[in-house]
Amino acid sequence: MIPGTFEYHRPTTVESAVALLMQLGEDARPLAGGHSLIPLMKTRLAAPEHLVDLAAIEGLRRIEVVGDDVIIGAMTTQHSVIASALLAELVPILRETALVIADPQIRYKGTIGGNCANGDPGNDMPALMQCLGASYQLTGTGGSRQVPARDFYLGAYETALEPGEIVTEIRIPVPPAGHGYGYEKLKRKVGDYATAAAAVVITMAGGTCISASIGLTNVSETPLWASDSAGILVGSTLDAATVNAAVAAAEAITNPASDMRGPSEYRTKMAGIMLRRALDRARARATV
Amino acid sequence: MTKSHIKVTINGKAVEALVAPRTLLIHFLREQQNLTGAHIGCDTGHCGACTVDMDDMSVKSCMTFAVQADGASITTIEGVANADGTLSALQEGFRMMHGLQCGYCTPGMILRAHRLLQETPNPTEEEIRYGIAGNLCRCTGYVNIVKAIQYAAAKINGTPFQEAAE
Repeated sequence: MIPGTFEYHRPTTVESAVALLMQLGEDARPLAGGHSLIPLMKTRLAAPEHLVDLAAIEGLRRIEVVGDDVIIGAMTTQHSVIASALLAELVPILRETALVIADPQIRYKGTIGGNCANGDPGNDMPALMQCLGASYQLTGTGGSRQVPARDFYLGAYETALEPGEIVTEIRIPVPPAGHGYGYEKLKRKVGDYATAAAAVVITMAGGTCISASIGLTNVSETPLWASDSAGILVGSTLDAATVNAAVAAAEAITNPASDMRGPSEYRTKMAGIMLRRALDRARARATV
Repeated sequence: MTKSHIKVTINGKAVEALVAPRTLLIHFLREQQNLTGAHIGCDTGHCGACTVDMDDMSVKSCMTFAVQADGASITTIEGVANADGTLSALQEGFRMMHGLQCGYCTPGMILRAHRLLQETPNPTEEEIRYGIAGNLCRCTGYVNIVKAIQYAAAKINGTPFQEAAE
């Protein structure tokens, strides 16, 4: 399968990339790892006339701590996320999530920025970013702005990105030391998108849950931040009745499509199961 | 559409070429460079038969444009044998352990295993299976492919090869 014809651009700065995207308008698409876009181009479901490859922009591949936040450049690959000792120490749920994305070859090319910016409800990073309270730096010809991941997703493939804007970095507040975490993903096979998945971050003190955040993947048009569900957990000892109530609250906000991954009701139930398992692991990992 | 001038190193040899932007790396390798070892299996990014090594990454060359490879160093199955023409440890392992039947997936398997062993020189069976999860084989059931990679690791490391229990 051969994609349609297009012009290829390889800018070396963010400024020239966004200027090109602005000038070329709807006929242009930014290219990151390409492993979502290129398959669409091969089947001609996408036929951009211009590709603006972000690969030669050096400043977009970095992982660093600034103040209380970790900053990850948008072109940082999933492979680099997995390999980062800094992330493994400070935000280990990132590694746990990246390890269940696609397959090794795709993780070498696939980027965290592409995963977050694409707006595909099947992507794993968006719900995790909502769980972590991350924000995205969007850069356009007029400069940069920060948008919380919890406000970024408007619908399937619809995001807060304005024409000409790209995601340039991801800012994640470092969770407290001793936090518990878990990302649980049900998939039919390696490389598949989630039937349902859940990201959980909690902190415990004296046997009581003092903070909780939950994100759900691929059970709605957008990733879901399950704030009501997490709120039920806070102040409890994570006893069975409380967990059951939190799972029910999470299931209640899902609205998955019936598709080849299963009927809607099944996928909702699986979101609940993934939440239970992620929570179990988070509790086992948390310093109490 | 404008063709792009690219410079790549393929199996140690410097190559310059004009490519249309939409030319996929697999077509560039097979049709312009006559390197037909990397295969097109599924053409959708799932099967890994098109895997080549590019700048120390295992890459699915049917999901990559040749223009994206400008400046890169690429290794294909044609470039993995030892300099004297003898089989590399991985090639020997696939032969000795019967790690193939039809052989269609083998070039991709060997290129992927090559990078895996660079990063994880002494992998467990679980690490091998996780590491080759992007390469599908419809014949072998993977048991002998895992053994082939274990054989190669042992040979490279100079340690005794012990066949895994089935």
